[in-house]
Amino acid sequence: MEGMELCAVAVVILLFIAVLKQFGILEPISVEDTCDGDVELSAARHQPEGLEELQAHTKFTKKELQSLYRGFKNDCPSGHVDEETFTLIYAQFFPQGDSSAYAHFLFNAFDADGSGALCFEDFVVGLSVLLRGTAQEKLKWAFNLYDINKDGCITKEEMLEIMKSIYDMMGRCTLPAPRDSAPAEHVEQFFQKMDRNGDGVVTYEEFLETCQQDADIMSSMQIFENTI
Amino acid sequence: MAAGVAAWLPFARAAAIGWMPVANCPMPLAPTEKNKRQDELIILNVSGRRFQTWRTTLERYPDTLLGSTEKEFFFNEDTKEYFFDRDPEVFRCILNFYRTGKLHYPRYECISAYDEELAFYGILPEIIGDCCYEEYKDRKRENAERLMDDNDSENNQEGSMPSLSFRQTMWRAFENPHTSTLALVFYYVTGFFIAVSVITNVVETVPCGTVPGNKELPCGERYAVAFFCLDTACVMIFTVEYLLRLFAAPSRYRFIRSVMSIIDVVAIMPYYIGLVMTNNEDVSGAFVTLRVFRVFRIFKFSRHSQGLRILGYTLKSCASELGFLLFSLTMAIIIFATVMFYAEKGSSASKFTSIPASFWYTIVTMTTLGYGDMVPKTIAGKIFGSICSLSGVLVIALPVPVIVSNFSRIYHQNQRADKRRAQKKARLARIRVAKTGSSNAYLHSKRNGLLNEALELTGSTEDEQHTTKGTSLIESQHHHLLHCLEKTTNHEFIDEQLFEQNCMESSMQNYPSSRSPSLSSHHGLTTSCCSRRNKKTTHLPNSSVPATRLRSMQELSTIHIQCSEQPSLTTSRSSLNMKSDDGLRPNCKAAQITTAIISIPTPPALTPEGESRPPPSSPGHSTNISTTTTSNIVKVSAL
Repeated sequence: MEGMELCAVAVVILLFIAVLKQFGILEPISVEDTCDGDVELSAARHQPEGLEELQAHTKFTKKELQSLYRGFKNDCPSGHVDEETFTLIYAQFFPQGDSSAYAHFLFNAFDADGSGALCFEDFVVGLSVLLRGTAQEKLKWAFNLYDINKDGCITKEEMLEIMKSIYDMMGRCTLPAPRDSAPAEHVEQFFQKMDRNGDGVVTYEEFLETCQQDADIMSSMQIFENTI
Repeated sequence: MAAGVAAWLPFARAAAIGWMPVANCPMPLAPTEKNKRQDELIILNVSGRRFQTWRTTLERYPDTLLGSTEKEFFFNEDTKEYFFDRDPEVFRCILNFYRTGKLHYPRYECISAYDEELAFYGILPEIIGDCCYEEYKDRKRENAERLMDDNDSENNQEGSMPSLSFRQTMWRAFENPHTSTLALVFYYVTGFFIAVSVITNVVETVPCGTVPGNKELPCGERYAVAFFCLDTACVMIFTVEYLLRLFAAPSRYRFIRSVMSIIDVVAIMPYYIGLVMTNNEDVSGAFVTLRVFRVFRIFKFSRHSQGLRILGYTLKSCASELGFLLFSLTMAIIIFATVMFYAEKGSSASKFTSIPASFWYTIVTMTTLGYGDMVPKTIAGKIFGSICSLSGVLVIALPVPVIVSNFSRIYHQNQRADKRRAQKKARLARIRVAKTGSSNAYLHSKRNGLLNEALELTGSTEDEQHTTKGTSLIESQHHHLLHCLEKTTNHEFIDEQLFEQNCMESSMQNYPSSRSPSLSSHHGLTTSCCSRRNKKTTHLPNSSVPATRLRSMQELSTIHIQCSEQPSLTTSRSSLNMKSDDGLRPNCKAAQITTAIISIPTPPALTPEGESRPPPSSPGHSTNISTTTTSNIVKVSAL
């Protein structure tokens, strides 16, 4: 049959080509980009500022800084924490709920220079404010956390997002049972308390004033003082 | 919580300040850290190698030895370091676990040593990191198999348990032909008959001689009666064997379902079916088919051959590879058969009449048989035919090494098991020697000790006392311990040879003849551990007294130590070791008893062992030796 003979000849030619490939004769035909296989350099290592500078910028003693750095470097040998790792680490503390949203906000709050990765300086400067700073500094930090777009005032939407992320960390198994309206209600309460002039946003001054007048808030700011 | 993130806890706590303005109620108080001390370096001295680490590093895992206060037990005040008398190599891995949170398993390490170290430091092996977990589990499994093998063979070789019922002995005889001569005989007889049966089946079909009419007749029809008798005999034997096995099997249901029993049944059923069916001529065709099943008798040989069993087991374990081989072959056959059919369709008088007809060609070609009864004639057919044969080689060659390696692995495992069993015998023998060595040391020291004491008493030379000084403190404490045991149980340790001798001798005389009445009265008396003066008086049987099983004591100024070389001079102890005769004999049978006989030193005041003071004798230097051919047999727990 003609057709079958054609097929047979075609198969023979194919096999011939396959054999020739082995001899490298057909190299120019198959040009592949093999160069970018292993270009991916590992991310550059980050070295923090010197100990003296950090001591100047923060309120930690030398020993404390040493201890902090040891822990930090142990977990992040490269000196950076990217957001994913940060989220993972933070999630370990809240096994029941979903802390990824809040971790995102935290990350942004700590990442002062917006580099996308936390380095040791960011870490230590943030901790210094939170643990050793004045009440005002702490409140400023908290305001900064709530103000997602960093425009100087907290809108209801921003607050709602923050609130939802906090409630997400609780997870589903809570008593009383979680309600979808809880964050919104809480935001309303917050705005009633904080929004002095009722314009729908909370500015830094309003925030500061309200908090300073609230004894509960002021006392609860102090409870983490002896963390390190 | 994983250790690594413990370092981040302060951070998370600090970040909690972000919730404060939002909260409506005051926060609970934070826990205060008592004795908050600065992080300090601690030194861990492991067999001389010093490791240093931060205290907080170790405290990451508080439920381990190093992370808890348990390590305080190992604190050395003088050097202010923690000293562990363990392997420093493994400690390296353990310390790395604290540092990095991952536990690794070093490949060069022995698995049981590693396990022991982990257990010591209170670390669960389950947290071994993924990188090393597989290796660890594999080694552990191998070790477990080895231990199981050892235990199995140990159980198989345990001394005869007297409580085996007849049925159990029979089963053991069937499973291990080497246990008794009868079993061995049975084994060979069945083997012989299997061979006879198989050969009969084979020879039956050989043509031998012609009948008038020039027809070749197979031997089976020529000597029909003879073959029938042979067959009957074999089937009788097989049936009896099967029924015996069925009777002896510990679990009949499991036995019936086992492969060997199915083979047995299949081997003998045709005969019985044939018996029943000889009348019916219609089913003679089926009858002939049944005879084919007689060939299954050859599989009965697998009970006799270890290699056959291994082969069968290998094939079973390679089932997936075999399946793959079959599947790929089938695929290739269908493809090539189709192609060949269409290629050869045009040629005249082609044998490739249909695709199934081409299957035969494809199979023969792919397995490189090439009978030549079907060959392609067209060019296309030839081209595809050659491709077919080339690919056949490949398809078959791929799964075969897997099967071979499986077989090799299983076979070697078996060989290793046999080797281990042989080595085990040697090991056990060495252990036994060591054990008897230590017990002999005890006896020896006892003799020397008593000798020395007696010598002290008699005021003879004190030079011999030095002989006992050679024993170390541990040895002497061990001996003291054994001595206390003797005192507690009112028995004594005795040399094994001696014990057996006494056993044999005592079994010769069955009655306590010529026992002095005073002795008999002391039959049940036992002296307390440290009694010095017992009220019983025992007379010395003198040598004229035939062998009895008396306890005799004599007053000795010098100690006559019973040695196995002087069986006639067995000096027996006091009634301390009274044992009734009936208690005697079962003790003889028990294999593991070592007993000790020690003769009594004279002055009761000096020796703690209770002995009796024969009234007439004076605590002098006279020596009365009682000769009894039997001595008290003391049954003590085996050393």
